[in-house]
Amino acid sequence: MILAVASGKGGTGKTTVSVNLAQVFGARVQLLDCDVEEPNSHLFLKGTLRESEIAAIRVPEVDESLCNACGLCSKFCQYHAIALLGATPLVFQELCHGCGGCEKICPRGAISEKDRRIGVVETVEADNVTLIQGRLDVGVAMAPPLIRAVKSRLLGGVSAILDAPPGTSCPVIATIRGSDLVVLVTEPTPFGLHDLKLAVDMVKELGITFGVVVNRVGIGDDRVHRFCGERKIPVLLEIPDDRRIAEAYSRGELVIDALPEYRSRFSTLLWNIKELRGKKRGANHVRS
Amino acid sequence: MKIAFSTSGENLDAPLDGRFGRASKFILYDLEKEYFEVIDNQQNLNAAQGAGIQAAEAVVRAGANGIVTGHCGPNAYRALCAAGVAIYNCEAPTVAAALTAFRAGVLLPMESADVEGHWV
Repeated sequence: MILAVASGKGGTGKTTVSVNLAQVFGARVQLLDCDVEEPNSHLFLKGTLRESEIAAIRVPEVDESLCNACGLCSKFCQYHAIALLGATPLVFQELCHGCGGCEKICPRGAISEKDRRIGVVETVEADNVTLIQGRLDVGVAMAPPLIRAVKSRLLGGVSAILDAPPGTSCPVIATIRGSDLVVLVTEPTPFGLHDLKLAVDMVKELGITFGVVVNRVGIGDDRVHRFCGERKIPVLLEIPDDRRIAEAYSRGELVIDALPEYRSRFSTLLWNIKELRGKKRGANHVRS
Repeated sequence: MKIAFSTSGENLDAPLDGRFGRASKFILYDLEKEYFEVIDNQQNLNAAQGAGIQAAEAVVRAGANGIVTGHCGPNAYRALCAAGVAIYNCEAPTVAAALTAFRAGVLLPMESADVEGHWV
């Protein structure tokens, strides 16, 4: 099972849910920190770095002796990463998404590709958890290719928890695409509800089964719960607004270690996730 | 010689837009024939990235030999340099005032970009 933990709003508890869930998983599990602009899952796991690999995207290089300035490459690039303004095209590497289209479209074979480093992919072993995290280089704005590089390390046959970046844009889509189930973490505040609605629309668009975790229950109001009830969205777990959880988090401790009374809640979450997944699979099975 | 002025309007009394890539229009003024045409740059207003590069392509295609604008970022600067187009900084309030300044020879060509990328 590939499980993605996402949210619309930032700071709702994606990492808290991801790392604690990985720890109560009970079997070997892969934890992928796809928040490559600020990976922090590693702060909660004591393990050893097994591997660090450089991740790169392929950017174009123009052989001026072969180019006849036809401009097809520049017209093709939707990101304006290659532009024809003088005798030969100019390449703007930092705008290139590495699709390879310019190389394919060039009728004279004047474009080849070279690697441009965007970050590193690190693998950390911590008991039952294999943490794979992306770390985007400072100044690089291209998160999705690095997220895909992190996901390419996934081993088949071993379950995985994907800790997504916040929001609903490309990096989140790159993370949750292809997962079996998405857990949307939110908080019962107007901001939490607003961004939860955006996240729900996004996950529905992708057609992935999902449920909600409501964190910091006790603050705000009941609109998140009412929204979930009206839309028949399963609430998989509620985490109370407990200052001790924030204190444990600030020390880099797992909630289930610092406050053992919460261990059963995360076990329940895991059980609810498996049940939701089973239900959907059953429904699909009946339909087909 | 044709000079492009970044602007939000369609005549010489219109304000000079301080932004190059995300100006909504350019007034392309022909100094020999004393007339101008308006180049639309609307498509770039909401471009996620590469607005300066695309604006540079548009004004170069239209035949501009020089650009008068408020500021110019690194990508647009590199693109315009490659095309051999000079960029002039100007803080005049209107296109007409900028044109007067250009004719008087008080505007100097920029020697590097003067703002960071994604400057607003």
